[in-house]
Amino acid sequence: MQTPPLHVGIDAPIGPVVDEELPPPVPPGSPRRIRWARRRKALHRFWLAFRRDTMGMVGLAILVFFIGVVIFAIFADTSGTRITEATGQPLQPPSWDYPLGTDNYGRSVLTLTIQGAKVSLLVGLTATVITMIIGAAVGLAAGYRGGGTDTVLMRITDWGLVIPWLVLAISLASIFGQSLFIIILVIGLTTWPSTARLVRSQVLSVKERAYIERSRALGAGNWYLVTRHVLPNVMPVIMANTVLIVAIAILSETALSFLGLGDPFSISWGQILQQANDAGASTLGAWWWLGAPGVCIVLVVLAFTMIGFALDQIINPRIRDR
Amino acid sequence: MGTRRYILRKLVQAFITLVAILIFNFFLFRVWSPGDPVSFLTRGQGANISEQERQALIEDYGLDKSTWGQFTEYMKDTLMLKLGSSSFYQGEPVMSVFLRFLWPTLLLFGISTLFSMIIGIWLGIRSGWRRGSLFDRTSMIGSLVLYSMPEFWLGMLLLLLFSSTLGWFPVGGRISTNAYELSGFGNAIDVANHLFLPVLTLTLAYIGQFYLVMRSSLLDVLGEDYITTARAKGVSERQVLRHHAVRNALLPTVTLVALSFGYVIGGAITVEVVFSYQGLGLLTYTAILSKDYWLLQGMFLFFTLAVIVFNLIADFTYAYLDPRVREA
Repeated sequence: MQTPPLHVGIDAPIGPVVDEELPPPVPPGSPRRIRWARRRKALHRFWLAFRRDTMGMVGLAILVFFIGVVIFAIFADTSGTRITEATGQPLQPPSWDYPLGTDNYGRSVLTLTIQGAKVSLLVGLTATVITMIIGAAVGLAAGYRGGGTDTVLMRITDWGLVIPWLVLAISLASIFGQSLFIIILVIGLTTWPSTARLVRSQVLSVKERAYIERSRALGAGNWYLVTRHVLPNVMPVIMANTVLIVAIAILSETALSFLGLGDPFSISWGQILQQANDAGASTLGAWWWLGAPGVCIVLVVLAFTMIGFALDQIINPRIRDR
Repeated sequence: MGTRRYILRKLVQAFITLVAILIFNFFLFRVWSPGDPVSFLTRGQGANISEQERQALIEDYGLDKSTWGQFTEYMKDTLMLKLGSSSFYQGEPVMSVFLRFLWPTLLLFGISTLFSMIIGIWLGIRSGWRRGSLFDRTSMIGSLVLYSMPEFWLGMLLLLLFSSTLGWFPVGGRISTNAYELSGFGNAIDVANHLFLPVLTLTLAYIGQFYLVMRSSLLDVLGEDYITTARAKGVSERQVLRHHAVRNALLPTVTLVALSFGYVIGGAITVEVVFSYQGLGLLTYTAILSKDYWLLQGMFLFFTLAVIVFNLIADFTYAYLDPRVREA
């Protein structure tokens, strides 16, 4: 669809638009080039703001480190993670050969932790995608359409908020079996309600702005309005929320795996901790076994939370230093 | 007049939610679950179930009827608290198993919520009042780390440190195996001794949310005009904080925290597993491991009901504290 001929920005004066009051003429170049130049500029400004946020930058640094770990894990040799191919003695404290010691089968805890990064991050990110799609769709529909749609969708959302997520996730995972797919689905299906509420409240405020009305007066349809005006304006809030949801999703995966509901065939940090707990690592004093995976979880969740807070602050200046 | 209507509306909403949850529970455990309901619900017993028991079960819960017939039967049974019998506990009714495990969880949960609420709110007030101070930054980072930590991992670390390394506390369980030999007072000491580490874990784990909510809500209130007015009137800083800021900042904290109850339950489940603390969390874990679906279904209903009740209490508290809510 083509952009409407009139260029009426957010900061254009409200009231009847007459020729003399039109914004200054558009600089030369194709509309597409202008749009990209504007986006680049916005991104640059955003990066400048983000760079000044210490917490956000620390989070980003931790995240980059773990992305490196995941890339390494993809290409690394995984033979050391199979129980039958364990090379070390069981329950050895850290040594030169096994920098983080061994578990009760004699597998290197370092290798397990590096491999665990893959699944923990994969589940966290994929589940978040599901959460965001459902949450954004429900929030947009409820907020934009209003009326009966809003009431029904928000009642469902409230039910979703009421159900204790872990109990629901436990029931679903235990009924439908254990696989990565189910885990991802379960986390996605149990975390969307808060996103839906957030998106809805944003849509409600965006929808009332003058440029939406003008666009509609110029003949824009609902689909056009939602995709071109409402969604782009709600997007920053969705992005900030996404980052925070990743943190929650990773914690959820950990808790489910810890309760033995994860995929038994793929190593994740939660699963390492489950095996450690089952084997009584705490009572055996095997601190090296539970240390590394736990620290990794805390660091990754912390990283996402800090980045999310930083984004929130840039997007929403009303939230002062939290 | 507004108050009564408000309460009524909230009650009706809670009732609708409850009915929806009951229907959902039915579909989850009877219709969407793989296999026919009889073999699904008795999966925990495996091949041990006799043909007679099978028939009795079908008879009792109307499992051979149509979906609609089963549904009416299920609703009737559930309302009469007839929740089936646990296969793991040799056919003991789910309701009676549940009541046995209820009070340890209430004890653990109640004490840790109380402690974390007091500490978290206190920290949040100090932090928000002196924004940017060393105290503020330290407690901010501290609570973020606690917030990012899986509760069960924290529990495992504390267990490692205080039980197996230092030997100060028992490694798990709710009471000692020789508890029956103890007198009344000795019993209380024994229970407290076992309760200490789980309570410490959950208290630390929950502080983060109380702190973060209280701090940001205090910061919001401090930006309001009436705070400036109070200061301009010459009210002392102490009075401004106690009478103008904290009172108003507590409001959202109360509700937000009550509304996050559903999340809080999750922490309690995993922590009970770490400490083998015989409460509802460990019971849920047992139900998962032994595929005791009658029990799991009962747990699901109970936890959801608990959240609904908590939300109602939060709504009413809020309306009591803030009259504006009632008018709306």
